[in-house]
Amino acid sequence: MTEQPPPRVRVTSTRRQAATPDDRHSLTRELDEQSNLGEVYMSGLMAAQLRLAVVVLAFGAVGLGGLPLLFLLVPATRSLEVGRLPLPWLVLAVVVYPVALVVARWYVRQSERIERAFSEVVRRG
Amino acid sequence: MSTAYGITAIAVICTVTLVIGAFGLRLSRTTSDFYVAGRTVSPYRNASAIGGEYLSAASFLGIAGLVYTNGLDMLWFPVGYTVGYVVLLVLVAAPLRRSGAYTVADFAEARLESTAVRRLASVLVVGIGWLYLLPQLQGAGLALRTVTGAPSWVGGLLVALVVVANVAAGGMRSITLVQAVQYWVKLTAIAVPAFVLLWAWSGDGAPGPTIASSSTWKEPLGGLAGQGHPVYATYSLLLALALGTMGLPHVLVRFYTNPDGRAARRTTLTVVALLGAFYLFPPLYGVLGRVYLPSLPSGAAADSLVLRLPGAVLPGGAGELLSAVLAGGAFAAFLSTASGLTISVAGVIEQDLLRGRLSRVTGDDATVVQGFRLAALLAVVVPYAASRLVEPVGLATMVSLAFAVAASTFCPLLVLGAWWRRLSTVGAAAGLLVGGTLAAVAVGLTILAGPFDGWPGALLGQPAAWTTPIAFGTAVLVSLATPGRVPRHTARTMVRLHTPEDLALDRGQAEPAR
Repeated sequence: MTEQPPPRVRVTSTRRQAATPDDRHSLTRELDEQSNLGEVYMSGLMAAQLRLAVVVLAFGAVGLGGLPLLFLLVPATRSLEVGRLPLPWLVLAVVVYPVALVVARWYVRQSERIERAFSEVVRRG
Repeated sequence: MSTAYGITAIAVICTVTLVIGAFGLRLSRTTSDFYVAGRTVSPYRNASAIGGEYLSAASFLGIAGLVYTNGLDMLWFPVGYTVGYVVLLVLVAAPLRRSGAYTVADFAEARLESTAVRRLASVLVVGIGWLYLLPQLQGAGLALRTVTGAPSWVGGLLVALVVVANVAAGGMRSITLVQAVQYWVKLTAIAVPAFVLLWAWSGDGAPGPTIASSSTWKEPLGGLAGQGHPVYATYSLLLALALGTMGLPHVLVRFYTNPDGRAARRTTLTVVALLGAFYLFPPLYGVLGRVYLPSLPSGAAADSLVLRLPGAVLPGGAGELLSAVLAGGAFAAFLSTASGLTISVAGVIEQDLLRGRLSRVTGDDATVVQGFRLAALLAVVVPYAASRLVEPVGLATMVSLAFAVAASTFCPLLVLGAWWRRLSTVGAAAGLLVGGTLAAVAVGLTILAGPFDGWPGALLGQPAAWTTPIAFGTAVLVSLATPGRVPRHTARTMVRLHTPEDLALDRGQAEPAR
């Protein structure tokens, strides 16, 4: 279409990040067309996210779900005291919350990291 | 207890709620505004709104009452309420937002490409919403009676009226703002009196709690609310709360107001922080109750402990003032949770039951917004009538039953829907039906005929531990048996649910047609 050659442009690596409508690389097309290759990338993304979720859930199941079992199997823990405060009260009324927050924060960072990596790979195509 | 202070506090909370709602009315214009605030709500405000909506009568009054009566085991309630958001975060927060659906019924339809599953989900949203509204209205009656001596039907009616006026007038935009404010109102209303009471308590020489039968109150595994089989009951409760949170109708609606999946995760993270901060306080009231009020006046529900405690610790004006602050906070809790539930229940009633039918009756005169207003009225009238008929079984117990139903119906639907490609339409429907029926039977028997003794009482009173795995199992097995009924566009839907929004991909129909 253009009569004259386009002006020279210095090509740098960051230019590859720009997503313009006609910048749809083959990998996004693979994803759109649900080809085998697209499927492989999708299952890779989902597996990574699911693995992360399972790690968090397992931590919760052991850490929190283990408490009643601990109280049941080791009755001494039921009346253990730290300072003047009974340990079961301390754990269930206070400690649980900051731990939940730290775990949730870790999860959010990890899952965003997975998505960033996925976007990068797909864009590079 | 001084009536004047209490009435003033409650009146202020109701008025502020209505004024903010009216302010939002001027901003909400389009249908999309009406339902999900035009999706322009920032994660921080959204998180405050979720917190405001979620901290219900059970949190504000119920937990303290339970800890006061039953001791340590009751701390699992606030723990479960918070952990539920961590589970929601890791399993469904981003996929749910990316699904682009407004309600869980929309999600069911988009993912499973079936209007039958949509209908099932709609019925369940309404059922769970009503089950959860019931204790809010009962709690309001109880709080107003404790503070002013008014008959218990007045408080529920007051909350019902304010909520219908607000929801019908402003829709979700005003409600988002109202809810965000309500969280901070509630946190202040429970934290400030707690610090004053703690200061008074240490001034008294920090006396220890008075416990009648010492061992079961202070130590774990004493039995949940007098039910037997404490180990089973503890695990089942924890499971219900952890898995049920994602299935609560008012929680789900709130996720659609996030701009994208990443924001949905960040919102959930903030919610965990906000809830954790709030839940540090209710158990304090339960423990201080044991110190200052070894026994409640006869006929007083344990749920009224929070409102009675300041008067017992600080006789005179200071105690009355604190009681009034707490009563105001409790009303904020009823109003905000009831508003959120009403919004989501009304949305479903309007979309799936009224639309079409209404225009036929009125000859196309009724707009969507008018239908929504009528639906809001319906959403509140039914649980209000039920709250007058059903014997109260304790706020937190009622709420935990709603969680159990949500855990055994929507949790399998959402988790399998987001992560399992082989979920078939028939499998999802079977899971909803089986889980919903089992949980509903258990809840119905417990409310209407219970509580029962021994294993039947434990299994029916805390059904999640068996109903949830059965629901999951049914959905999986039936799906495997009907591979031909896997929705046609599952692969495309999965791309939409899981890929970050910054990729230019074909996500299919991103917004459901409205």
